[in-house]
Amino acid sequence: MIEIVSATRCVECDICVKVCPANVFDATDNGVPVIARQEDCQTCFLCEIYCPTDALYVAEFAEGPTGITEAQADARQLFGSYARALGWKRGKAGGSEFDPTHRIRVAQ
Amino acid sequence: MPKPQKSASDSLLLQADVLVLGGGPSAAWAAVAAAESGAKVVLADKGYLGTSGATAPSNTGTWCVPPGDNRHAVVERRWQRTGELADPRWMLRCVDTAYRNLLRLSEWGYPFPSEDDGRLYIANLRGPDYMRFMRRRVLLAGVTVLDHHPALELLSDGDAIVGAAGVARQIGQDWRVDANAVVLATGGCAFRERILGASGLTGDGYLMAAEAGASLSGMEFTGKYTLAPYGSSLNKGLPFRWASFHREDGTPIVGPTGEPLRNGIGDREEEVARALIDGPVYARLDQAEPALQGWLRQGQPNCFVPYDRAGIDPFGELFPITLRAEGTVRGTGGIDIVSDDCATGVPGLYVAGDAASREIMTGAVSGGGAVNSSWALASGWWAGKGASTHARRRTGKAFRSAVQSLGQAGLRPASSPRADISAGEVIEAVRNEVTPLDKNFFRTGEGLEKSGERLGSVWRDVRDHLQGEGLDRVRTREAASIAAAGRWSVAAALHRTESRGMHRRSDQPGKSAAFAHRLVITGVDAFRIAGAPERLAELVS
Ligand SMILES: Cc1cc2nc3c(=O)[nH]c(=O)nc-3n(C[C@H](O)[C@H](O)[C@H](O)COP(=O)(O)OP(=O)(O)OC[C@H]3O[C@@H](n4cnc5c(N)ncnc54)[C@H](O)[C@@H]3O)c2cc1C
Ligand code: SF4
Ligand code: SF4
Repeated sequence: MIEIVSATRCVECDICVKVCPANVFDATDNGVPVIARQEDCQTCFLCEIYCPTDALYVAEFAEGPTGITEAQADARQLFGSYARALGWKRGKAGGSEFDPTHRIRVAQ
Repeated sequence: MPKPQKSASDSLLLQADVLVLGGGPSAAWAAVAAAESGAKVVLADKGYLGTSGATAPSNTGTWCVPPGDNRHAVVERRWQRTGELADPRWMLRCVDTAYRNLLRLSEWGYPFPSEDDGRLYIANLRGPDYMRFMRRRVLLAGVTVLDHHPALELLSDGDAIVGAAGVARQIGQDWRVDANAVVLATGGCAFRERILGASGLTGDGYLMAAEAGASLSGMEFTGKYTLAPYGSSLNKGLPFRWASFHREDGTPIVGPTGEPLRNGIGDREEEVARALIDGPVYARLDQAEPALQGWLRQGQPNCFVPYDRAGIDPFGELFPITLRAEGTVRGTGGIDIVSDDCATGVPGLYVAGDAASREIMTGAVSGGGAVNSSWALASGWWAGKGASTHARRRTGKAFRSAVQSLGQAGLRPASSPRADISAGEVIEAVRNEVTPLDKNFFRTGEGLEKSGERLGSVWRDVRDHLQGEGLDRVRTREAASIAAAGRWSVAAALHRTESRGMHRRSDQPGKSAAFAHRLVITGVDAFRIAGAPERLAELVS
């Protein structure tokens, strides 16, 4: 589930509010968005890759929060790790031309 | 582009030739196809076009069959696996149209990967990239996109569907779009299982269509489950193709030949399901060679997010797994299609993608892994074209003022609303009948009968008493849709007294010739189930 909006990284662009398909975030008047409906999160990790500053962290457990802190996620370099694996950068798409899935299908 | 108007009741009002409901691939293709034929198109999605639906978080393989005579043989081979319920004619026209649209994607500049010989590999579409790309194509086509605008109900003028209404959930305002035709591309029903992309997939389109008089088919084929790391949302089976499976005490799970399982997908899910009913099951992706490990990591990166974040090495360590229920998303049920343009039989109402029954494409087996995404590519196209043709025929007819709102359960209860009946509890009660492995993966007549009774009572509460106000209507409507879908699924499963594909009746093992046809359901509260031949005869008369 979505667990962290890092106030130190966030630039308050509200992209996550707009793109989250489950409408989990609420924009605030003068600050970072809040996780308003955490229970609705579908653990799709898409907010992470759309965020231009890697300020969001979605933990792996889909049934409830794990309680991971920003310091812990930071220490393990987890912020932005899914975007990097895909080849997305600063909220921009990239990397699909290097997808080796066709090799997996042959092996299958 | 249509101009938004505020009506007296302070709701957003738009007019369009074609209204597309949904924001996944089938909605996007329907919107592009309709706009290309000159229609003024509005697309309203519950979520955000680009991230919502089952494709966006995934990496979808398509059923990609290049033109040529060989494709008859390819279709024939695939048909053999569909439990005799698919229709080779539909399969053939689907691969043709899907292939054309894959070529269109490459002409538009979608960044496909290349094969070793330098040719583009167009048979796979990486979800986040593909859907972001499609959003741009939809906007370029001049479509008005309404994100976070869930539809609650269809509108009718007594003869035909003339639009839909819903709520703009980030603005807190009602909306209504008057349209000459509506395409339902609202996806399947995942019964609120926490799987990729499924938060909005609550079967809303099924209920809306059934309220308008459309039929459903294939609803009994909801027995598809996919492996996932325990507690995660990653219902992607592919890595488990190269896994071993173990019980709590370390003993390996064996296949039908007595050999330890080395592949947990396809038919082998059955052994894992049996073991999971007995207790926890652990897996290790130890059948993957190092090169393959690299491709899996790079090609299916989201599959590894749960392991990396939990600090597990899935190639070397055992980790707990689960089988995630997938309802009709990787099942095959949905709204019955009655003609080549994806019409539903209700004038003005068209259907595409997972909202439609995929029985004609994939019969009693799952279309996940290839067929479903090609179906979204093709059926979206046909539905968009069909809807714009219908809209053109109606142009000139003034919108009648006497428009009926068709929504019932969850919006307008038959009796007095009761606060003690909540959407959350309704969904839990339905989940208890349609997701447990021992009720729904392995089915029995007795079990289905009991589930049917419980779902009947849940349904009566929903029908008579469930009501929401304002934004809450989205949740009550979702609960009503899930309750309706669960009830249809269990009733059809009880009706089909045999086993076929993902419909596994322990009390009726084996196929029966008497059921070598599709089951079509018509009606919401009181519904009837008929074999497809009877339904066809009815349509003809
Ligand atoms: C993890 C996973 C992996 C998959 N992999 C493959 C694969 O490799 N190959 C393959 O062929 N298939 C695959 N599939 C299936 C494939 O993703 C679907 O068939 C495809 O997404 C269907 O497209 P769709 O547009 O019909 O529905 P979806 O993509 O599910 O979109 C449905 C849309 O409807 C919207 N909606 C719902 N209710 C409403 C409402 N009331 N009002 C407005 N909008 C609404 C939702 O917000 C969503 O945008 C996979 C599915 C999953 C879950
Ligand atoms: S997308 Fe990222 S930077 Fe923008 S508001 Fe959300 S968290 Fe902050
Ligand atoms: S993981 Fe998906 S559902 Fe959850 S907050 Fe992020 S975008 Fe929304």
